[in-house]
Amino acid sequence: MSKEPVAVVGIGQTRHVAARRDVSIAGLVREAARRALEDAALTWADIDAVVIGKAPDFFEGVMMPELYLADALGAVGKPLLRVHTAGSVGGSTALVAANLVAARVHATVLTLAFEKQSESNAMWGLSLPIPFQQPLLAGAGGFFAPHIRAYMRRSGAPETIGALVAYKDRRNALKNPYAHLHEHDITLEKVMASPMLWDPVRYSETCPSSDGACAMVLTDRAGAARAPRPPAWMLGGAMRSEPTLFAGKDFVSPQAGRDCAADVYRQAGVTDPRREIDGAEIYVPFSWYEPMWLENLGFADPGEGWKLTEAGVTELDGDLPVNMSGGVLSTNPIGASGMIRFAEAALQVRGQAGEHQVEGARRVLGHAYGGGSQFFSMWLVGARPPDS
Amino acid sequence: MTSAPPHREIAVVAFAQTVHRRISDELSEVEMLMPVLHEVLDRTGLKTADIDFTCSGSSDYLAGRAFSFTLALDGVGAWPPISESHVEMDGAWALYEAWTKLLTGDADTALVYAYGKSSPGPVRDVLTRQLDPYYVAPLWPDSVALAALQAQALIDTGAADEPALAAVAARNRENAAANPHAQLRHRVPQGDYLVRPLRTGDCPPIGDGAAAVILAAGDRARALCARPAWIRGIDHRIEAHGLGVRDLTDSPSTRLAAERAGAFARPVDTAELHAPFTAQEIVLRRALRLGDDVTVNPSGGALAAHPIMAAGLIRLGEAAARIHRGASDRALAHATSGPCLQQNLVAVLEGEPR
Repeated sequence: MSKEPVAVVGIGQTRHVAARRDVSIAGLVREAARRALEDAALTWADIDAVVIGKAPDFFEGVMMPELYLADALGAVGKPLLRVHTAGSVGGSTALVAANLVAARVHATVLTLAFEKQSESNAMWGLSLPIPFQQPLLAGAGGFFAPHIRAYMRRSGAPETIGALVAYKDRRNALKNPYAHLHEHDITLEKVMASPMLWDPVRYSETCPSSDGACAMVLTDRAGAARAPRPPAWMLGGAMRSEPTLFAGKDFVSPQAGRDCAADVYRQAGVTDPRREIDGAEIYVPFSWYEPMWLENLGFADPGEGWKLTEAGVTELDGDLPVNMSGGVLSTNPIGASGMIRFAEAALQVRGQAGEHQVEGARRVLGHAYGGGSQFFSMWLVGARPPDS
Repeated sequence: MTSAPPHREIAVVAFAQTVHRRISDELSEVEMLMPVLHEVLDRTGLKTADIDFTCSGSSDYLAGRAFSFTLALDGVGAWPPISESHVEMDGAWALYEAWTKLLTGDADTALVYAYGKSSPGPVRDVLTRQLDPYYVAPLWPDSVALAALQAQALIDTGAADEPALAAVAARNRENAAANPHAQLRHRVPQGDYLVRPLRTGDCPPIGDGAAAVILAAGDRARALCARPAWIRGIDHRIEAHGLGVRDLTDSPSTRLAAERAGAFARPVDTAELHAPFTAQEIVLRRALRLGDDVTVNPSGGALAAHPIMAAGLIRLGEAAARIHRGASDRALAHATSGPCLQQNLVAVLEGEPR
C-alpha cells in the first residue's frame, strides 16, 4: 500500500521575542495554532488530531505540559501526542504528524511546537548537575565550541566565516516580521567586535533565547485540493539518532546527519542536492554550524562548506540561500526552532515567504538537530506533489 | 472526519519487563533498561540492526534531568545510527507512534520501550507539576488527593462504596501472585486513609521499572512469533484538563478510544486496565462496558506494580503475552496519563484462531 501524500496547507507563527509576558503558555500556543488554521481556512473542528513537541519540560517548569494545553489546542476528545527528541523536536514533531496522514490514520492533523524560555533559565536547564556532566560545560555553547574548533582545524577555514554567517542571518531576519532579533544597525564589524563567549563563538554568533510557537496544518490530497492557498508537498522526511559520546564519533560531521539526509534525498529522488534543491532552512544555533551542516547535508564536499559561505552562495540572493528567515541565530524558541525550519521551507515553496521569499523556490530543505549533535530530523518539501 | 481504517497487519511479537521494585538506587536508568532490551530481542532472535524503527517513552521530570532519554539511547546501541523517536508520554503512546510508522510501510519491525523511576523523589509532589501551572500547580494538589476526589465522586453516585474499592485492591493483588514481575504479589491490608476515601490499599505501590515490546508487520510477525498478538485497533483520546469541567465518574475519552479501536464490535475475554487507583478500575469497567465474564488485570495491574511512564505499555505487553501464551484470543489493553484518567489509550489485540 503506497503512502498518502502529505501537504502543508496552513502555517502560523507567533511573533518571537525574549519574553512574551502578555500571554500564558496556552495563549502562546493558541496564537500560532489559530494563525495556521486561518492560513488553511479551517476551524478547530476540521482537525482530527494534534501532535505537539517541545524541548525539556524544565524550560517552563511544567511536567508534560500537553496535558494542561489540551483545551487551548482544541484537542479535547481528540488524539494528542507529545514528542520530545531534544533540539530536533520541532522537526520530529512535524514528521510524527506527517506519518499520521501518510498512514491514513487521520486526514488533517495540527502540529505545533513551542518554547517559552522566559519562564525559566534555559542555560541552567541545559546544564546537568555533576556527576552527570563535567563542570564548566555551562550551556550549549560550551558543548559545541570545541567541535567548531575541530572543524576550523580540519577544514582550514578562515576565522571570519562565522561572522559572515551571523551578519547574513541577522540581515535576513530584518525581512522576517516574526523574527526575534531585528538589528537594524548590524554591521560585519559589530559582529566581529562582539564579546567572545565560547571561543570561537562570539555573542553575535550565538542564538538568542526566545519565547515562541510555530504550527502547521498537514493534510491529505483531498485536504490539499480544498486549501485556499498553494500547498507545500512533503517529498521526503527522515529521523536519525546516534549515541551522545562514543569512541570514533565524528562531532564535526555526524554519521546520523549524513544518513538522515541520504534517506530524505532517496525518498525525493534527489541525486545532486546542490543543484536540485533551491534553498535550505538549517538549524544553525552557532554561526559556524552553517558550513559544518552544508557539508554534512551533502551541499559541499568535506572541508569545502565554508567556501560557499565565503563566496556568498548562501546569501538570500545567492545560488543556494540558507536560512532566509534569519534562522536560529535570529530566533530560538528551542522546542519550536526545528518546526520553524520546516515551516519556513514550506513557506518558500508555497511562495508565501514575503520579503525573504526566494524567487522560484521549488524544493527547499528543512533541517533540525539536537542533543550532542546526535538527533536529526529533516524534510524536503516541494511546490508540486510527489511523483508528479 | 477520519479516513478509512488503515490496512496493514501489525502485531506485538514480544514483551519483556523488569521485576518492579520500590527502590533501585544501585542502578541507573540505562542499567535498569538494558536487560529488558536484551530479553525482548532474545525472544525474537532479532539484533539491534534488524530493528527498523525505535520509539521510547519516559519523563525528564521523573529522572530529574533534561534530555534523560538520550542516556537510555546508549543502552539501545544506536550505532550505526538508527531511525528513532521519543515521546514524553507513557510508553503506550510510543507504541502508538511506532504502529503508525509501521502502517506507512517505511518499517517492518519496531522496538518500543519505556522506563521510569519514581523512587528518587516524592512522586506525589512531582506529579503536581503536571497541573495547570498558573491556577492549580501553585496549590500542590497531589496525585492521591486528586484520585480521592474522583473516588469520592464515584461513591457519591452510588456506583461504589469502600468495600467495593477494597475488593478491587484484593483481586488485583491476588492475581499478581502469578506475576513474578509484580511489586506487590499478595493481598495487603487496606490500611488507614491516605486521603479519604482512599486507603493505602487503594493506591498503587511506588516503584521503578522498565518494559519493552517488539512490533512487526505481516509475515514478519508470523516468522518472529508462534502466535502474534495482532493489533486490530488502537486509538487514544484526551479530555479537558480542568477537573471542574469533567465528570470524574465517567471516562468518555476511554469509551471513544475503545469505539475507534473496535473494542465494542465483539466481546473481549481479557482486559488489562491501567487503573492506578481502585476507583479508577470501576470507572473504566463501566466506560468499557466490561462484563463479569471478562478477566480483568490477570497481571495484577497497576495496583501491583506502577512504574510511571512504563505502566501503560506494560498493560499492552501483558495483554499481548497472554495471547502469545494462548491464554486469550481477544484482549483489550488500556493506558492512561494525566490526573484522574485525563488521557486514555485503548488497543484491541487478537490471536489467530487455534
